[in-house]
Amino acid sequence: MTIHTIATQQSTAVLEATDVVKVLGSGAGEVRALKGVSLSLAPGELTLLMGPSGSGKTTLLSVLGCMMTPTKGSVRICGHSTKGAGPEELAKLRRDHIGYVFQSYHLFPTLNALDNVRLALDVRGEHGPAAVARAKGALATVGLAHKLKSYPRQLSGGEQQRVAIARAIVGKAAAILADEPTAALDSQNGHAIMEVLARIAEDPNRAVLVVTHDPRIVPFAKRIVRIEDGCIVGEERNVAQHGSTQHDGDIEERIVDDERGVVVKRRWMQR
Amino acid sequence: MAKPFAMSSLAFKLAQRNLFHDRLRLVATVVGIVFSIVLVTVQLGLYFGFGRMVTTMIDHASGDLWIIPAGAKSFEDPSPLDERNRFAALSVNGVFDVTAIVIGFAEWRLPGGGTTPVFVVGSDVRAPGLHPWNVVAGSTDALAIPTTVAVDQTYFERLGVTGLGATAEIRDQKVEVAVITKGIRSFTTTPYVFTSLDRARAYTGTAANKAAFFLVHLAPKANVGSVQKRLQANLTDVEVLTQAEFRERSRTFWLFDTGAGAALFAGALLGVIVGTVIVAQTLYSSTKDHINEFATLRAIGSSGRYIHQVIIWQALLNAVIGFTIAASIGYIIVDQTAESALPIVMTPALTIGLFALTVFMCVTSAIAAIVKVMRIDPAMVFTQ
Repeated sequence: MTIHTIATQQSTAVLEATDVVKVLGSGAGEVRALKGVSLSLAPGELTLLMGPSGSGKTTLLSVLGCMMTPTKGSVRICGHSTKGAGPEELAKLRRDHIGYVFQSYHLFPTLNALDNVRLALDVRGEHGPAAVARAKGALATVGLAHKLKSYPRQLSGGEQQRVAIARAIVGKAAAILADEPTAALDSQNGHAIMEVLARIAEDPNRAVLVVTHDPRIVPFAKRIVRIEDGCIVGEERNVAQHGSTQHDGDIEERIVDDERGVVVKRRWMQR
Repeated sequence: MAKPFAMSSLAFKLAQRNLFHDRLRLVATVVGIVFSIVLVTVQLGLYFGFGRMVTTMIDHASGDLWIIPAGAKSFEDPSPLDERNRFAALSVNGVFDVTAIVIGFAEWRLPGGGTTPVFVVGSDVRAPGLHPWNVVAGSTDALAIPTTVAVDQTYFERLGVTGLGATAEIRDQKVEVAVITKGIRSFTTTPYVFTSLDRARAYTGTAANKAAFFLVHLAPKANVGSVQKRLQANLTDVEVLTQAEFRERSRTFWLFDTGAGAALFAGALLGVIVGTVIVAQTLYSSTKDHINEFATLRAIGSSGRYIHQVIIWQALLNAVIGFTIAASIGYIIVDQTAESALPIVMTPALTIGLFALTVFMCVTSAIAAIVKVMRIDPAMVFTQ
C-alpha cells in the first residue's frame, strides 16, 4: 500500500529532484551549493522556496529549471531526466516543459508585449496566426489584452512582470519557475502578480515554484519549502490563505493582513 | 522544429530591431562595409579591366592561330620573325592564308614641335588581320593609301591632331590621319597608331622580310589542333598558339609575372579583411550590448540554431544594406572611369560575385559574436 502511494506520487510529479548535490567552481574556489536536496513539485500547487541569501535558492532553481545539471543525484522534468544532457538537450527540456518568470522581467525592449510573448512559441518553431492567437490569449489571462502593442518601456513594472508571466505560460509549460517575481514591485503590484501566479497554479496540469524571501507572499502558497546552507530544512503546507500551516506534526496558524500582505500573528498548536 | 531562416520567425524581427536600435552603430557598420566593398570593387574592377585591356589586340585580331617568336611573353613583346616562316606555314596542309603583323614603338613628331612615343600596329589592309575597330570617322580602306594612319580620338591632344586630315611625322616620314577610332586605349598609355604593313615596317625600322607575328587562317573544315601540331613541327624557333592560348599567355604575363595583378589582388584582399574586421567588431559589440537578451533567449529554451539565426540575420541585413550602397557607388565609379586610361570593369558576374563576397564577409564576421553568445550561461538571467 505504501509502495503504491509512492509510485503514484512519482508519476504525478511535474518536477522531481532526488538527492541533488551541486558543486560550483573548482579547487580552492569550490563551493557545495546544494548538499543532497530532494524536492518534488506536484501539479496544481504553488510552492514557495524560501531561504536567506546564499542558501542555494538560485542554484536549486537553476538545477530544477534545467539550466545546469546536478553534480550528483537526479532531476526529472515531466519524466525526462537531465542526467548527461548537453546544453542543447537542456534547452529543449526548458522550452518544452518550463516557463520562467524573472525578478527583472527580462523582456526584449525592442519587441512589443505580443511579440515578447510570441517569442516563447517562436523558439519552439511555432509561428503564424495560431501562435499570435495563443500569445493574445496568454496576455488576456494576465489581464493585458489591451496592451498587446505596448513596448516594455510603456508598461509599469507590474505590467512588465505580467507580460513575463504570459510568456512563461503561453507554451503550456508544466512547471512555472519564478525567481523573486515581486522583489522589484511595490506591495500592490506584488500582490497582483502573486494572485496571477496562484491562479495559474490552480491548473491541475501545472506546478508553480516561486523563489522568494518576501514574507508577504506566503499566503498565496499551498506549500512552503525552506532551504538553508544548501539543504532543505523544513517544509510547511498552507491549508488556507488565512488558515493554518502544517509543520512536522504541529499546526501553525497565521493571521495575514491582506491589505499590507504581511503575517501579523502566528501561533503553533498541537495537531 | 524551426525552419531555418523562416521569414515568419521573430528571429528576423529581433535581428532587424537589434540592428536599427542603435542607429549610430548601424551607420558605422554600413560605412565600414561600403568602404570595404568599394575598395574591393575598384581593385577587382581594375584587375578585370586591366586583364581585358592587355589582351585587347589579340581579342580584335581575326585569325585562328598565332605564330609568335619562341618565348614571347605578350603581344607587346616584339621580336622579329623571318618572312620564311610565313611561306613555310602556307605550305602546311589545312592553312588557307598567313598574314603578317608588325608592331613596334616609334617617335611621333607633333605638328607644333616635340615628340611623343607611339605604338605602331601594321597589318595587310587587304587581308583579315589586325585592323582598327570602333571606327568613328574615315574608313579602314583608307589605310591602303601610303602615309595614312588611324588614331584614337582619346589621344588627339597627346598627338597634337584635331581630326581627319591632320598631319604629323614618324621617323621623319609624313603621316596623315585618315581613320579615327573611339576607345582603343593602351594600358601603357602609349597611343596605338594603326597603319598598313609596309608603313609599319617603315615607321618601326623593321626590315621588309621581318614581322612580329604571323596570323594563320585555316582552310574550311581544317582542325585547329592538327594544324597547330603540324605548324609547330614544321617551323623552328617559333611557337604556334591558338587565340585563347596567346590571350592567356599575355594576360598571365601582365597580371602575374609583372606583379600588377598581385598588387590589385592584395588591395582587394585588404578590402575584404578591413570589411570583415569592421563588421565583426560591430556585430560583436552589438551582441555584447544585447547579451542579456540572448541569455534570456537561451533561458527560455531557444536552440543554438535559433540564436545563430538572429545573429546571421543581423549580418545579412548589414550585407544587403552595405552592398546596395557600395554597388551604387561602384557603378558611378565605373561610369566615371569608362573613358580613362584604365577603366574599371563591372560585369554582372562580378556584381553577383561581389554580393556573395559581401555576404560571406558579413557571415564570417558573425562567428565571433556567435561564439560569444554560445558561451552564455543561461543562469546569468537570475543575477542580472
